[in-house]
Amino acid sequence: MGTQVSLHLRGLRVDTDPAVEPAVAAVFGYLRTADELFSTYRPDSQISTLRRRELPRDEWHPWLTEVVALCEEARDRTDGYFDPWRLPGGFDPSGLVKGWAAENAAAHLARLRGFDHYLNAGGDITAGVHGSRAPAWRVGVEDPADPSAFLAVLELRTGGLATSGSAARGPHIVDPHTGTHPSELQAVTVTGPTLLWADVFATAAFARGGEDVEEWVPSRAPGYEIAALARAP
Amino acid sequence: MRRIAIAAAATISVVVLLFSYRTSTDQTPVATGRPLGGTQPSRTTSPPTSADRASGDGTFTGDAADTRYGPVQVRITVAGGRMTDAQAVRYPQESGRDVRINSAAVPELNQETLQAQSAQIDTVSGATYTSEGYQQSLQSAIDAAHR
Repeated sequence: MGTQVSLHLRGLRVDTDPAVEPAVAAVFGYLRTADELFSTYRPDSQISTLRRRELPRDEWHPWLTEVVALCEEARDRTDGYFDPWRLPGGFDPSGLVKGWAAENAAAHLARLRGFDHYLNAGGDITAGVHGSRAPAWRVGVEDPADPSAFLAVLELRTGGLATSGSAARGPHIVDPHTGTHPSELQAVTVTGPTLLWADVFATAAFARGGEDVEEWVPSRAPGYEIAALARAP
Repeated sequence: MRRIAIAAAATISVVVLLFSYRTSTDQTPVATGRPLGGTQPSRTTSPPTSADRASGDGTFTGDAADTRYGPVQVRITVAGGRMTDAQAVRYPQESGRDVRINSAAVPELNQETLQAQSAQIDTVSGATYTSEGYQQSLQSAIDAAHR
């Protein structure tokens, strides 16, 4: 199962400005390279080789070094609730790589002047809206507990938004401390300055749960907040 | 004012399929890096003829999003620049479990999309499996409407 990555640009003459096409190509070029390095489904990827313990440290791609360092930081900042080392099948940074790659890819749009953008990678979004009069992007957040309604419709200007959840189709997030599937929350959406950390803290908050989870996120990640939350009935 | 601002600004969208990831059932993934733009989603109605119709009017079928339970595919109708209808045209119904889940979920998901129309959403966030398929296909129908 792949993740769809959708890029939207908004602005005057977006379909004729000659700077647009190379910028969009750079975005998807970055994502393809990241996919080649980090896909656990490609036997020849760096991450697959690493998981087989066949990749010496001196052969690591600089991006792998960066991602592993970010995984360590994420584990520390989340009190171990985000821990790519304690997953079935061994080290798997996929939960961090998607947000990291989407965000770095979208940075290739920075040199485009006068355009707003969002990049949606499988429901996790990084966005930029410039100009104070430009409208925010409106993001519908699915409500797993009540499919007849949205959990929330959030406005996103510049920053990241990520949702973690489980619900109808069964659990797939593991609490690293217990090895069990948490069931207290059904979905949690985190917003903040970057998609990388919004994504990490959405996953961690889902694994952790707790009555105080809405205070826990900003206490560990200033500037980030739980923007939508569905608790199990 | 807001709608005028949007109408004056064109949008473009590009979609690719990337980052296959492992699920607990460890199903074989579809090929990664497959570009989706250009072939699908498909526009199924004739282009608007009236000058005062919004440029994105028509019926747009999203890509079939592969979930581990089967494909999910959404079709939307846009009139006057607003989403007026949404149907899940394909969803998993092979196993008893899927039928049970989807016979309950799909009509409600359709309602959900109509609420999206009244809320004027630009994009969708979500995490669950069938729901993710729905999110992906709905997003790609939104993409098609902007293409």
